[in-house]
Order: sequence, then C-alpha cells, then structure tokens
Amino acid sequence: MKRPPKDIAESARIISRRALVVGGVQLGVIGALGMRLRAMQVEQADQYRLLAEENRINIRLLPPARGLIFDRNGVPIAGNEQNYRVVMIREDAGDIGEVLANLTKIVEIDPDDLSRAMEEMERRSPFVPVTIADRLSWEDIAQININTPALPGIQAEVGTSRVYPWGADMAHVVGYVGPVSDYDLSRIDDQDPLLQIPKFQIGKTGAENKLEHTLRGSAGTRRIEVNAVGRVMRELDRQDGIAGKDVQLTIDSRLQSYVQARLEGESAAAVVIDLEDGDLRAVGSAPSFDPNQFVRGISVDDWVALNENKFRPLAAKAIQGTYPPGSTFKMVTALAALEAGVIGVEETVYCPGYTDVYGIRFHCWKGGGHGNINLHESLKQSCDCYYYEAAQRVGIDKMAEMARKLGLGIKHDLPMSAVAAGLAPDKAWKSSVRNEVWRIGDTVNASIGQGYVLTSPLQLAVMASRIATGRTVTPRLVRTIDGIEQPSGLGESLGLNENMLRRVRSSMNDVMNHRRGTAYNSRIVAEEFRMAGKTGTSQVRRITPDERARGVTKNEDLPWERRDHALFVCFAPFDKPRYAVSVVVEHGGGGSKAAAPIARDIILQALYEDAPPLDAYPSNVHAEIEALQRRIKDRIPPGSKGLTRA
Amino acid sequence: MSYLEYNTKYIPSGFRKLLYLHWPIILLLTAVACAGFLMLYSVSGGRPEIWMEPQMKRFALGVVLMIGVAMVPIWFWRNMAFVAFGGSLLLLLGVEFFGEVRQGAQRWIDIGFMRLQPSELTKITLVMFLAAYYDWLPNNKTSHPLWVALPVIFILTPVFLVLNQPDLGTALLLLMGGATMMFLAGVHWLYWATVIGGGVGAIVAVFQSRGTPWQLLKDYQYRRIDTFIDPANDPLGAGYHITQAKIALGSGGWTGRGFMQGTQSRLNFLPEKHTDFIFTTLAEEFGFIGAFTLLVLYLLIILFCVVSAIGNKDRFASLLTLGIAMTFFLFFAVNMAMVTGLAPVVGVPLPLVSYGGSAMLVLLVAFGLVQSAHVHRPR
Repeated sequence: MKRPPKDIAESARIISRRALVVGGVQLGVIGALGMRLRAMQVEQADQYRLLAEENRINIRLLPPARGLIFDRNGVPIAGNEQNYRVVMIREDAGDIGEVLANLTKIVEIDPDDLSRAMEEMERRSPFVPVTIADRLSWEDIAQININTPALPGIQAEVGTSRVYPWGADMAHVVGYVGPVSDYDLSRIDDQDPLLQIPKFQIGKTGAENKLEHTLRGSAGTRRIEVNAVGRVMRELDRQDGIAGKDVQLTIDSRLQSYVQARLEGESAAAVVIDLEDGDLRAVGSAPSFDPNQFVRGISVDDWVALNENKFRPLAAKAIQGTYPPGSTFKMVTALAALEAGVIGVEETVYCPGYTDVYGIRFHCWKGGGHGNINLHESLKQSCDCYYYEAAQRVGIDKMAEMARKLGLGIKHDLPMSAVAAGLAPDKAWKSSVRNEVWRIGDTVNASIGQGYVLTSPLQLAVMASRIATGRTVTPRLVRTIDGIEQPSGLGESLGLNENMLRRVRSSMNDVMNHRRGTAYNSRIVAEEFRMAGKTGTSQVRRITPDERARGVTKNEDLPWERRDHALFVCFAPFDKPRYAVSVVVEHGGGGSKAAAPIARDIILQALYEDAPPLDAYPSNVHAEIEALQRRIKDRIPPGSKGLTRA
Repeated sequence: MSYLEYNTKYIPSGFRKLLYLHWPIILLLTAVACAGFLMLYSVSGGRPEIWMEPQMKRFALGVVLMIGVAMVPIWFWRNMAFVAFGGSLLLLLGVEFFGEVRQGAQRWIDIGFMRLQPSELTKITLVMFLAAYYDWLPNNKTSHPLWVALPVIFILTPVFLVLNQPDLGTALLLLMGGATMMFLAGVHWLYWATVIGGGVGAIVAVFQSRGTPWQLLKDYQYRRIDTFIDPANDPLGAGYHITQAKIALGSGGWTGRGFMQGTQSRLNFLPEKHTDFIFTTLAEEFGFIGAFTLLVLYLLIILFCVVSAIGNKDRFASLLTLGIAMTFFLFFAVNMAMVTGLAPVVGVPLPLVSYGGSAMLVLLVAFGLVQSAHVHRPR
C-alpha cells in the first residue's frame, strides 16, 4: 500500500509540530535540571561542603594525663601507672577461636571477660578493636609480643590508671577516682567533652574530687578521616591536650602513715596542724580502706564488708565526723566568760559535786566535788561546776560567738568531701532550726561541750591552734598547685586578750605537767617539747538518777556503742608552739586514758620527724612505748623512701 | 509502507554510507562515554580493571554494532519492528520464569555470553514497534478510539511485565516513551487531557490504597516516596542514599573537588556510586562546570536528533528518531532528577556513563537506528 503524497505531507507536518512541543518540554526539563544544579552547587555549595566535611571527619578526644598529687616533701600520693591491655581486631584475626585459644595459653584470661569480648566482637564492625583483657603485666605483654605470629589480630595497647602508693593511709585525704557514671553526669553541671568518653576517670571523693578541675586538664583532639562505615582512613591532625596540674598537699606522708598506724584498731580520728602556716600535716581516720580497690572496681563482697563494718571505714571521721566536744569545750566557755568580764581570773566557784539550776541537778564528773576552785584549777582538774556557773553568767550567745572565733561550728574550706560544719548552738539557731526556746539547761549542758554542741576533730585541732597562737589559723590542705604556692593559713590576731589566753594555755600546760592534771600520765618529759592539752570525755547516753545513785556504770562494762567518746586537744612545744593535735577515739572511754596517749605519740613523732627517743617519755611508760614502736616500725616507711617527684 | 524504498536513487550505498553518518551525534556519544570512563576510573579508586575496562570494551562493541545497524536500510528495521517487539516481550516473560534474582528484583536473563536485561531492550523495541504502527496507520485513523486502544495495549503489556519484576523506573520509562510516540503521531489533544486527568486520579488512588490489603505499590516503593518527600525524616535509613547524594553533589561547588578527590565517593558515603549515582561523583569531583557540561552534551544529542527527525520526510524514520531521543532524554533526565532530589529514587542509570552492559549496548544500537534513518532519509 502506497500512501498518497498528501497523507505524507500531512503526517510530516503533524510530527514536526508535535516534535517541537516535545523538544520544548525536553528543553524545559533540561533547563530545570541546570537550575537545580546551579542552586545546589553554586548557591548552597558551602552548606553541602560543610555536611561533607562532617561526614568525613570525626573528632576523637585524647584524654590528658591527670595531674599528680604529692605530699609536702614531693612524695607521690596519687600517680598514673601505665597498664597494658590486649585488644583484638576481628578482621585481622582469621580464626578467632584459634587465636583466643593461643592467647589463653600465654596469659590467664577470665572466661567471663572472654565471652563478653566474643559477644562484643560479633556486634561491632570487624575493624573495631575489642578489649580482651585489661591490666596485664609487662611480662604478659612481653610474652604476647614474642608470640605475635601465632596471634594475628591481637594488639597490645597502653593505657594509664590511677594508683595510690600509700593505699589506705591516704584514702580519706586524696579519695579516689572512678569511671564517670550516668549518676555523675546527672549530678554535676560540667560541659567538658571528656566526660563523654566511656569509662573516663574522674575524682569521686576527697581531694581527687574537690580538685577535679585542677587535676583533670583539658582534652586534646585528633581529627581523623573516616569512611561511611566508620573505618579510620587517616589522621588529619592531632592536638595534644593539656595535662592536669600537679598538686602538692600539705600532708607529710610519713606522719600521716604514722597516724594511721597509731590509730589502728580503734574507730578514731586525729588531725595535726602546723602552727606556722596552718598546714594539715596529717588527717587520720581509722579504720581506712584501700582506694586502689575502687579504681580497679571493688568486688561486691569487699563493698559489703566495708559498709557493714561498725567502725565505718568509708567515713573520713577527722573532717566528717562530729562529736560532742566534752571538756575540750571548756576553753571556749572560759574564754567567753573572761572576755565578757563576768568572771575574774582568780575568782573561785564552789563545787559541791553538782549544781542545781532551776530545780534540775547537773553533776560534776567528780561526785565529791572540787570545793572552791578557780579558772586554773578548774581547767587542770576539769571541774564541771565552775563552767556551769561561768556559762550561766556569760550566756550562750557569747559562748557560741567565741566557739566560732576559735574555729568551731563553722565549715572550714578544704578540698575534701563533706567537710562537717559541726554546731556551735545559740538562741537563734534553736528557734529557727528546732523552733524551740533556748533554755538555761541548754546553756549549762553546752558549757561542758555536751547537749547541742558538735565538733569535728578538724575543728578541735583548729581550736587548739588558735588558742596556742592567738591568731586566726586556717587549716590548709593544698600547698602548691602547678608549683604555685597557695596562701598561708596563718592569719591575723584573734583579738583576744593575750593575758587571758596565756592563763588558759598555762592551765592546759598543767593539765599535762602537773601531778593533779587530768592528762599527767601522757606528758612529755623532754624539756624542749613539753606539751599542753585538754582532755574531753563526752557522753553519748543519758545517766539516769537511778544509775547515778547506784554508781555510774564503768565504760568497760558497757557495749561499745554506748561508751563515752574520748577526746583530746593539745599543742607543743608549750614555750614555742609548733603543732596542734586533736584526737577523737569513738567510744574510747575517758579522754585522758584513750585519746591523750595517742595525741602525745603523734605530736612527738611530728616534732622529732621520726620515732622519738624513749627518754622523751616518762619512765613508767617506756616498756609500753617500746612495744608500740616495735609494732608500728614496719608500717612506716624509712626517712627517705626513695620516692621522689616522678 | 513509506514511499522511501521506492525512492532509493539518491540514497548512498556501500561504504559511502559512512560519510553520511551523523558524525556529530557519534562524537557527542563518545564524549559522554569518555566522561563515563573517567568517572568509573575515579570511583574504582584507580583500578581500571574492575569497571572502566569492561565498560570501554562494551562501548567499542556498541559502536561497531551501531555502525552495523546504521548500514542496514531503515525500511528493513521497520519490517523487523514486529519481530523485535514480539521477541522482547517473550524475553520479558522469560525473565518471569527463568530470571536471576538480584537485589530483590528479577531483571536479568542469562543468554550464554552475557546477562541481558530484556526490559532495556524493550524500551527500544516498543518505540520501534509504535513507529512502525503509526507508519502503517493512515493519518485519519490516528485518533480513532479503536486505533488508540490498540497501541495502549501494546504499551501496557510490557509495562505490567516490568512492574512485576519489580522495576518501577523502567516501567515509568516505557510508559512515558510509548505515550510520547502516540503524542508525536498526532493522537488528539482530548485524549491527553483525559489521560492527565486520569493520571492525577491514579496518583491519589495509589496514596489512598496505602496500608490497605489492596495497596498498589510495594512497601519499599512507598518508603521511597516518603523518603523523597522528606529525606531528612530518616537520614540513616531510607533517606540515606539521597541525602548522601545531595551532599556529594552540593559539595562539588563551582569547580569540584578535583579528579579522584571527592570524599563522598572515595569514602563510600555514596550508594551505587558506579551505577545509578555516578552523576553525583562527577558533580562532586568536577563541580557545576563538569555537571553542566555533561548536561549540555546530552542536550546537543537530543537537539541533533530532533533536527534530523524534523528534516526526515519518512514517517517511520522521524517517529523512530524522536522516540529514541525521548527514551534517551528520559534516561538522563530521570536519573539526574533522582540524584538531585527532584524525583524519587527509581533505578534508572545515567545513559552511557553508568556501569552496565545491557543499557549501553541497547542505547548504542538505538542510535544505530537513528543513524540508519539519517543515512537513508529521502532526499
């Protein structure tokens, strides 16, 4: 069939016309595509370039080295130890089972760790290193390195972990570090990206915690190029972080060690303050715990044991514990009364063994009474009635003011956990906190450091320091940060009448060095180091009239929890005070018997900077001291431990 | 029966035909293919043996086939149109039963020396067949309902077979290619108004049917649509491909990041970077200048085809040339719209650039037909 020419011409015209329409549409679409390309590649290019870079570049944080902590002589207290771990890269390993079997022949690996690692390897991409074993010794690593050919995909990596060479001796001062937890993140407001690193170690308690920002340093960064599945292609650049600052504490590690050893066996605390600058030479709390356990991850059994121990090893009693100060508070009452001029220096008060205040009978510790007694004798013999009278005359508010002036009832700013404020009660406190009226009986109780008064061993040592120097001694724990000396703790004069202070000091001297003093048995006989102090025994139970009538039960016959706390504050040498010490023995019985000897041994150790010679002690205790020194000798490192700044 | 075969007097014969080939089109095709070789070299990370070399061999083979096809008179191909279309339908059916399943789709059939994608072949044979149909159909019957229904059936048969594989991209291309043929042949405007109205209705139906037991598309196709509408919804899942493609494209800027310097492709952020998404690598490494140049090359090819078709008085020849130009246009337009985020991600390769045998051979053979039409045009 041949088509007529007319038909051909007609169809050619239709096709041409429609072809132009189609061509126009095509041109339009191509134009739109061109515009789209222009919009993306020219106008929004920067934005897309940024996205491409974000895709490509990963920033990895480089944790900085944590600052070291030294004692006052440059002996390390907290250091960083290199430790080794082995990781496995699945894609390099070939037969994983065989490689792991070979590895377990060389080093001992916990089967739990092994199965956990296997699980993780299956989950992760084949090129991600998975930790098989942690905290391996150098010997293990050497073994692994020798056997490299049999261990494809196994690599040794070096990390650092915190180590506390003094173990339990320093635990309550430095605290410890641990991996940052969700709880930590929710509690602290810290934008530091380092905290996002899994298992990043941060200070959990003590100085490690309070000086966290000084010690931590700042993160370094490593920019790496990664591909779509996260494999690292190459490192683009690296910026090392800034290591944390080193901190030097005022603690003397040998003295600290001695204190811990001397307190051993008791639930007790002791604080040694250097009167030249307020330095805390030792802050002891017994019993203690090994902070290294916490760094490694403490076992449940150990944790339960620490928590269930009735001596509370985890509590830093020296700064956190608060106790009624007992008779050690008498200096406060005395000074308040003297300053107010309500009692004369030589004025006597009659002590029949009790004082009746508005029908309530308050007893003196000495049932028979002390008779007529003045300030000096009342401190020396620790007569209670004198203070009942003095307190009634001066009033609680002035006593509280004096207590705070001497460092009680106020929170001392120290980089340690939960530093206790204690309590120097006054009328305002009772009405605002307890919503009760202050009664005269409260004043009478407070006068001998009972009732509402609460003090920490640290505060007691501060009180002794301030009485000894007459100046505002502020305790200081940090000596230098990054080599920069911190301000001294020795401040201005307290503004107390020096004559009265001298009277109080000399009474404290007689407490120890007079035959009838309550702590005569704990005196120091070395003439140049004579010590002044004050005993305290604080009741933790009520003595009923019935019991008093029968005769007060002896401490030895009571269960531990109900025995009196034994307290002691002192300073030495008397003529030229250098150290102030406080000791609290929880439920230790009488202050003179339980606390004073400990304080004496500690202050002598501090003064001699080593085990004191026997002739510093009265001859009747030589045998006892010798035995003690023998027992403790091994616990204390020799003079120069060979540990120096790393 | 066109009058052409009766007017062979002025038609060149023998090797002289080579001189009458449309050389600009051949040069443009070669230029586009060379851009493809370059990109395949780049995305393989400098290992030509994995993609570039096989592609070059196929291109060489394709060019030989194209010239071979061009040497054969166009009326022979018209006479072969029915056979070719019927054959490709049979192959499509064959894929249904004997096809190889890859990436969830049944598209390939193994014919011994190579794996063939019959759906690729169908794109050309359908055009050929419709051109022949309208060449045979007298003008005055073009818009007659019966003679409109017939080509519609011819078009929908392969469309449904391809949809069944499932290959939404090819189905759309077949549909649009076939429709263009009908439009070019002069089917009345009223039909088009109806079809466009119906199409809108169909789209509404597709979305309304979602989630019901009789839903019209597969879940992954719905997800692709969702992703298309807002890729940011799921940047790591469904929208990952298109998001990464756009980042690659946009980050190229004016001049690109340099040959083999594209981080998106080198670091494997790009999906299917040697096939459907190869344009993004080109745009990333050669920037707007490179991408726009390629677009212009494509435009010129289309332009030359349209000009050749309008100048050709033979109905079959000009319909065929325009149809092939349209198919070629649909390939690159859909691909580019897809990687620039203007269209859903349907598997359509970038013609002559993406790695792939069937598509390249079929396209070059198609251009052989264009050449034959050009050489044997009535003068």
